[in-house]
Amino acid sequence: MRRIVMALAALALGASTLAACGGDDSASDLATRAKESKKIKVGIKFDQTALGVKKPDGTVEGFDVDVAKYVAGKLGVPESGIEWIETISANREPFIQQGQVDMVVATYSILPERKEKVTFAGPYIVAHQDIMVRGDDASITKVEDLKDKRICQASGSNSYKRITDPPPNGRDIPAKLVPAGSYSECIAKLSGNTLDAVTTDDLILAGFASQGGDFKILGTPFTDEKYGIGIKKGDVATCEAINTALSEMYSDGTATQLLQKWFGTAKGLQLPTAVPPAEGCS
Amino acid sequence: MEALFDNREAILAGFWATIRLAAMSALLSLVLGTLLAALRVAPVPVLRWSGTVYVNVLRNTPLTLVLLFCSLGISNTLQLNFDVYDPSFNGYWLAIVGLTAYTATFVCETLRSGINTVPLGQAEAARAIGLTFFQSMRLVILPQAFRAVITPLGSVLIALTKNTTVVIVAGYAEAAFVMKEMLYESTGGTLEIFLGFALGFVVLTLPIGFLTGRLARRLEVKR
Repeated sequence: MRRIVMALAALALGASTLAACGGDDSASDLATRAKESKKIKVGIKFDQTALGVKKPDGTVEGFDVDVAKYVAGKLGVPESGIEWIETISANREPFIQQGQVDMVVATYSILPERKEKVTFAGPYIVAHQDIMVRGDDASITKVEDLKDKRICQASGSNSYKRITDPPPNGRDIPAKLVPAGSYSECIAKLSGNTLDAVTTDDLILAGFASQGGDFKILGTPFTDEKYGIGIKKGDVATCEAINTALSEMYSDGTATQLLQKWFGTAKGLQLPTAVPPAEGCS
Repeated sequence: MEALFDNREAILAGFWATIRLAAMSALLSLVLGTLLAALRVAPVPVLRWSGTVYVNVLRNTPLTLVLLFCSLGISNTLQLNFDVYDPSFNGYWLAIVGLTAYTATFVCETLRSGINTVPLGQAEAARAIGLTFFQSMRLVILPQAFRAVITPLGSVLIALTKNTTVVIVAGYAEAAFVMKEMLYESTGGTLEIFLGFALGFVVLTLPIGFLTGRLARRLEVKR
């Protein structure tokens, strides 16, 4: 018994020393640390076409990736100092809180309940939920037309609820849901005529549309998804540094160029030209 | 606990979908598996050969691939659908096609090992009294073979129940799909959601093991 108590005490001691170390570390904010060490760990999606993709050769690409590179550059970190880490939708908050990543640029919508756990810089772009249909389908031109149409219900996403759920969450439109493993499967089913419409953020839709295939985005946005850059809660200095970098990204033309590069070929998408109003750091 | 309680209707609907899927696939794969086993011990070489090819191809293909073939291959590319305008019905049967095609191979191999427990003299005696191949299978060999493999068949059914968690790629939403959605929407409580669903699956699969164990003891062939 006594030994167990001793062991536990030793563990507790160890844990408290570790915690103390962590405390010392975060005394300097991310921006300062990044500048000194020339290293940063960035969380991105690995499977989001045109936003964050890890290619078979191990390199990453996409709009989020380019934004992260730009911001990291402004923080004084060269491209070679960036370590890319996969964050999926469900683990973004814990990864930031536990320090597995320094910042998250992964189609990360700024939401009040997330703001309680992380600090958001940005938004760097405002996406809107929109609808994509086959290029030759004239029967769907607005959200209401989705009644009794087959829409995709992608695993690990809840975009379909904005259509089918009762207000205030959604529009209470009785569409038929077609479950699918991912948005890539949704797109395959859309072109194969086993469903009629895919609805999610327009940037994600545009990413798929610019890969080829005859699709059109309706251009009837019905939500605002403010994509922000998530960092550790309370790191206001870094948040402000990132916000400065983001407005520079728009004022020096990089943003327009990046948006053209990744989403320029999609039919029906309106690309922004000015930096979206900052949310403020907290 | 709150996350689980708030979503109890969605969770129950998810598990009901799992049960419907597992029950129908179990039934159909027992039927198809028995036919395959009969093919594999048939006296006609071409039947034996086709049974062997089917079993070895399907058994060695990942289930996700089989199911993905059902949705993107059969339904989407070949346009063979049960009812393309009723997605939940269509997805349900496509998932069953995939699960049955896959599970039947395991039922077949299990049953074939059961057939091997029936002494050769029984088959010879059946043929000697003038029974045809199918009569001797139906009346003499399969009844004894089934009784010998009830417990391993139970394991196949338990595996089937848990395999339903990947049918989303065939276009049908069951318990695991509901779990993923809850994980996406929650900002915490990941562990309890996981544990809740794990418990749900234990509740589904424990009785299968228990019942097949009891049945095996009661129906054992005394030799």
